[in-house]
Amino acid sequence: MGNYAIETVGLNFNFGNQTIVKDLSLQVPKGSIYGFLGPNGAGKTTTIKILLNLLKSPSDQVFIFGKEINSNRIAILKRVGALVEQPAIYGHLTGKENLINRCILLGIKKTKAAEMLALVGLTDAANKKASKYSLGMKQRLGIAQALISDPELLLLDEPTNGLDPNGIIEVRNLMIELATKHQKTILVSSHLLAEIERTATHVGIINKGQLLFQGTIDELHQLSKPMLEIEVNKIGNASAFIAKAGYEIVTQTDKKITVPFTSAQKSGELNTLLVQNGFTVSSLYQQRKDLENLFLDITKTN
Amino acid sequence: MRTLYISLISEYYKSRKTLAFWAAILLPVIICGLITFGFYNGRTEIIAAHNPPLMLWGKYSGAALGVMGLLIMPFYVIFMAFSVNNIEHKNDTWKMLFAQPLNKFAIYAAKYLYAVFLIFLCLFLFATLTFAFAHLLQLLVPEYNFNQYNPLDILINSYAKLFLSSLGILSIQFILSLLWGDFLKPMGIGFVGTIMGIIGANVGWKYAYLIPYSLPSLALRITKVKKSGNPLDIPVFTQEIWTSLIYAAILFIIGYFIVTKKSIK
Repeated sequence: MGNYAIETVGLNFNFGNQTIVKDLSLQVPKGSIYGFLGPNGAGKTTTIKILLNLLKSPSDQVFIFGKEINSNRIAILKRVGALVEQPAIYGHLTGKENLINRCILLGIKKTKAAEMLALVGLTDAANKKASKYSLGMKQRLGIAQALISDPELLLLDEPTNGLDPNGIIEVRNLMIELATKHQKTILVSSHLLAEIERTATHVGIINKGQLLFQGTIDELHQLSKPMLEIEVNKIGNASAFIAKAGYEIVTQTDKKITVPFTSAQKSGELNTLLVQNGFTVSSLYQQRKDLENLFLDITKTN
Repeated sequence: MRTLYISLISEYYKSRKTLAFWAAILLPVIICGLITFGFYNGRTEIIAAHNPPLMLWGKYSGAALGVMGLLIMPFYVIFMAFSVNNIEHKNDTWKMLFAQPLNKFAIYAAKYLYAVFLIFLCLFLFATLTFAFAHLLQLLVPEYNFNQYNPLDILINSYAKLFLSSLGILSIQFILSLLWGDFLKPMGIGFVGTIMGIIGANVGWKYAYLIPYSLPSLALRITKVKKSGNPLDIPVFTQEIWTSLIYAAILFIIGYFIVTKKSIK
């Protein structure tokens, strides 16, 4: 338990008769960027709200920094910063005033507000009413609010929502910097695997309230079996020849043949075999099933 | 205690640019200003009536107290209870507030106390401005005899009663505004309650004091009756006030349980 920033043990949560989270056992290692993935309505936001004690979990199922959340709410929240759904911003206050209000509540120096605005690139809009902010600016302000107390654990619920490509890259870099240079633990939820893939060290995939996969990014990659795709002329004959030579053909189209990839040497041997038997191999390459498809596969079978 | 204090400061910081906060200041300034203007404009007739100082003070302060006690006060309280909670409903900030490392009771109590403070501020300004503007009138129109009687005790007692008698309404409306984010439900219930309160108080129903909305009217009515006797003998803690305070205390506690059970969806 000591190595996890977040640990849930068989967590269940219902709204009335509807089960939202079912037997969820999250393990978020300290210092990791944990990508919490799932389609819309999978239970990601509910889980984050449970981790913030906004929704009450059964006792002894949720531990943050090894402490049970219901009996250590204030001590835990002191070490956590969060952005849940749309950022919680007072529209009639300026961006700076929103941050100052947070400073008041947390008992920290008001100078921190300007620092945070600079960090998220909102210094020029500091004195503009937050209701006049664009969606992306609100999102940045939300991130600034989450970071202002310098928390050890950050819970970010779809933080790149509404951001333009530049903004997405900035948030991504900010997360990497926070985790590597400042040893923060970040749990970031998303429904886009491609986005998580670039930053996360660990991944949890949830669908219909159940955790379908949990592990490092590499472990997720290993789930997808690599394939060898061969583009060759006389495809019908080539296919028959490959099968005869003892290879399993996974798919065959009018342009290419796919066989399981075993090793680079075996690929070379197959290439030589084809060439020696009069086929023209125009390309031969190792293909991994991309993670997006893998993600779809994992969530579909559930 | 520290959490309560910082939550209160935050409530002030959030609301200081809103109508709710400025209403507490503008309402007494406008109403007292209008009454003073009326007394200045109609000075010839009023002076011709040769009111003794106590009567003059009674007419002058009664103008503001009457309007406030009967109609504006309940609606003002309804509006304050709504505003303090609506600032979180409107901006979807409840989740942010309750995700802070702050005691939930302190967050709730600070909101409630801030609404109480706004009502207090409003009524305090009413009493102060009534007194100050009357003396200003005296300077402008030396024929008035405001300076021959000191009404401070009556003013303080009347406004203290108005303040205390409105706390019952505040607690009901506070819970309603906590539960519902829209304006219509708490306002609608408050409106019906106020009408019931006014009718209950005016027909002299024996149990009218059990309707929190009738308490400001009832509290002031007794003040008025006593005014003709010895004005210094106004008891503050009458049956209406106790009823209001009991309502306030019970509903305040119920409100806290609603807050702790409130699911932030």
